[in-house]
Amino acid sequence: MVEGAGPSEDGTSKSSASELFVASRRSFLGALLAVGGFFVGALLSVPLIRFALFPLLRLTTELKESSVGALTDFSSLTEPVMRTIQIEQVDGWRKAVSEKAVYVAKGRQGKLLVLTSICPHLGCTVPWNKEKNQFVCPCHGATFAADGTRVSGPSLRGMDTLETSVQDGQLLARFQYFRQLVSDKEVIG
Amino acid sequence: MHSTHKSAPDTAPPPASGLWGWLNHRTGLDNLLRSALDEPIPGGARFAYIFGSGLLFIFISQVITGIFLALYYVPSADHAHTTVAYITKAVTAGSFLRSLHAYGASAMVVVLFLHLSQTYIYGSYKGRRELLWLSGCALFGLVLAMAFTGYLLPWDQRAYFATAVGTNAVSEIPWIGESIKRLMRGGTEMGTLTISRFFVAHVFLIPAFIFALVASHIFLFRKAGAAGPVNEDPYHPKQKAELFYPRQVLMDLSLTALLIVGLGLFCFFVPMQLGPPANPADAQYVPRPEWYYLPIFQWLKYWHGSGAIIGVLVIPTLLVLAVIALPFLDRGIERRPWKRPAAMGGYTFVVFTLLGLGLRSQYLDRHDFGVAQQLAKQRSEEEEYSRKPFEPELSSASLAAANVALADPLAAKGKTLFEGQSCNACHGDGGAGTAAAPALRKTKFSPDQLAELFKHPTAKMNAGGMPPVDLPPDDMKALIAYVESLK
Repeated sequence: MVEGAGPSEDGTSKSSASELFVASRRSFLGALLAVGGFFVGALLSVPLIRFALFPLLRLTTELKESSVGALTDFSSLTEPVMRTIQIEQVDGWRKAVSEKAVYVAKGRQGKLLVLTSICPHLGCTVPWNKEKNQFVCPCHGATFAADGTRVSGPSLRGMDTLETSVQDGQLLARFQYFRQLVSDKEVIG
Repeated sequence: MHSTHKSAPDTAPPPASGLWGWLNHRTGLDNLLRSALDEPIPGGARFAYIFGSGLLFIFISQVITGIFLALYYVPSADHAHTTVAYITKAVTAGSFLRSLHAYGASAMVVVLFLHLSQTYIYGSYKGRRELLWLSGCALFGLVLAMAFTGYLLPWDQRAYFATAVGTNAVSEIPWIGESIKRLMRGGTEMGTLTISRFFVAHVFLIPAFIFALVASHIFLFRKAGAAGPVNEDPYHPKQKAELFYPRQVLMDLSLTALLIVGLGLFCFFVPMQLGPPANPADAQYVPRPEWYYLPIFQWLKYWHGSGAIIGVLVIPTLLVLAVIALPFLDRGIERRPWKRPAAMGGYTFVVFTLLGLGLRSQYLDRHDFGVAQQLAKQRSEEEEYSRKPFEPELSSASLAAANVALADPLAAKGKTLFEGQSCNACHGDGGAGTAAAPALRKTKFSPDQLAELFKHPTAKMNAGGMPPVDLPPDDMKALIAYVESLK
């Protein structure tokens, strides 16, 4: 096998006659291809960018609203009642389900309130005390009125209300945790 | 006197200025681009030569879509199917990108077949192109391996059972088959370790080899030069050459455009389905491989018992060896197909055999009532599952919490107290722990020690906000049973 050298010998040298003309035509085509390629590339990257930015544009860690009960159950409320709600925390492709205790109470002008049972002082569960007609925290003695407003004790604010809405006759609440030991309600997750 | 590479000394590039000029001065990009585009093609540009760059385009598309899919995919038996369902049902453009990746594999096999056929029919493997052919053969095998390993990753019924059959087929190889099967599966059975292995092969190992081999394939192609038309001398091309740019580039781009439009429309209007999650206990499921594996699937059906070694090992090995050794066996200078009856006869025979086997497999499936019915049922199950909205996976913390409640009534009561007393506000659901307080799972304390700690928290616990737990003895017992049960 000693047949000379590589096969790409021809070709390159032969095309030198109309070099200038060809060069200009080629550079125009090159520019056209570059622009075309840029636009096709940009078009193709649209689904990629939308795919990658999905978690930023949509709420993927949403906390769903949980049903507290039918509105009719609370129409003749005389004192706060405890309800256990299921909360569903969605995190991308997974979710965590847990149960939390909340109180449904009547606020001023008869508006329904949903209060978390977590004491805004240090996080103990606050039970309703029928005799005293107050919420009394068993840990440090903070007391709250039937609508959750602060009465006495170490808590710096009243019991925390949850966001509520009504859908198909159901009272819905969005469960959240709030920072303890501060005077203003502050969501922590 | 002869040189394989010319650096275009006559036509020095005009001195460019600005950023491009500076970059070019530092990198020599312009020369690189020139030498890439000024590849001479003996006999001129032709549509017959477009398949190689088509393959390169699909490969790049597979790499890009693959990287993006990995943004959401998790390779484990627990999460693989959920995350693929998340991609197809929840994430924007997810179904489209997954379809591009899945159908891209099929397109790759089609264009690969065309590329191989063109090379074979044109006799382009002749004339010191042995290594070029060998690297092509290796790439062929790697592409099929990519298709095989990628198929399992969604972990739906179709993927699971096709791979179970595929890995079982490997175990038919005498002596070492069983060991290879176990190596592939990461054990005797398919499971989460199988996904890990297939994932590593599909995402790290095989792509690394493909990158290296694509580079050497292109290098070897440029070293040997384009072979040109069938009446060209493979050693010393004599026909007037045309440069790769512009006409051949435009022809190549026409295939790329066709692939973009074809795949794009197909993925948009007929997106890839995702079936229900793999259920290894399903004894009814009739597994079928992807279409390009049907001929092998059908072929293996014919070989059982003592003669199986001939069909499973001897014939395929001989065929593969014959293909690999082609440029060493066929050393004639003749490239015109009509003057190579043996080569063309062999090609036609193999292609028609593969086609026949594939069609036979389809025919048998259609005419076996039980199988046809089951396959139709599987298809409708896939369509039904694909239509259902995405359902997030229940996290292990909620599962643990739920399981405890089911197992032990005392612990279940404790769970209610744990939540009622808002212990979970700081210690997390199921005692998983939060930023505010440590996890309570797998506690090292005995029930008595726990009771003591609950009634009289240590100074450190007090400082962290842990109040003394004041409960009736029965409730305390239940709470402790619950904390002890947390795994």
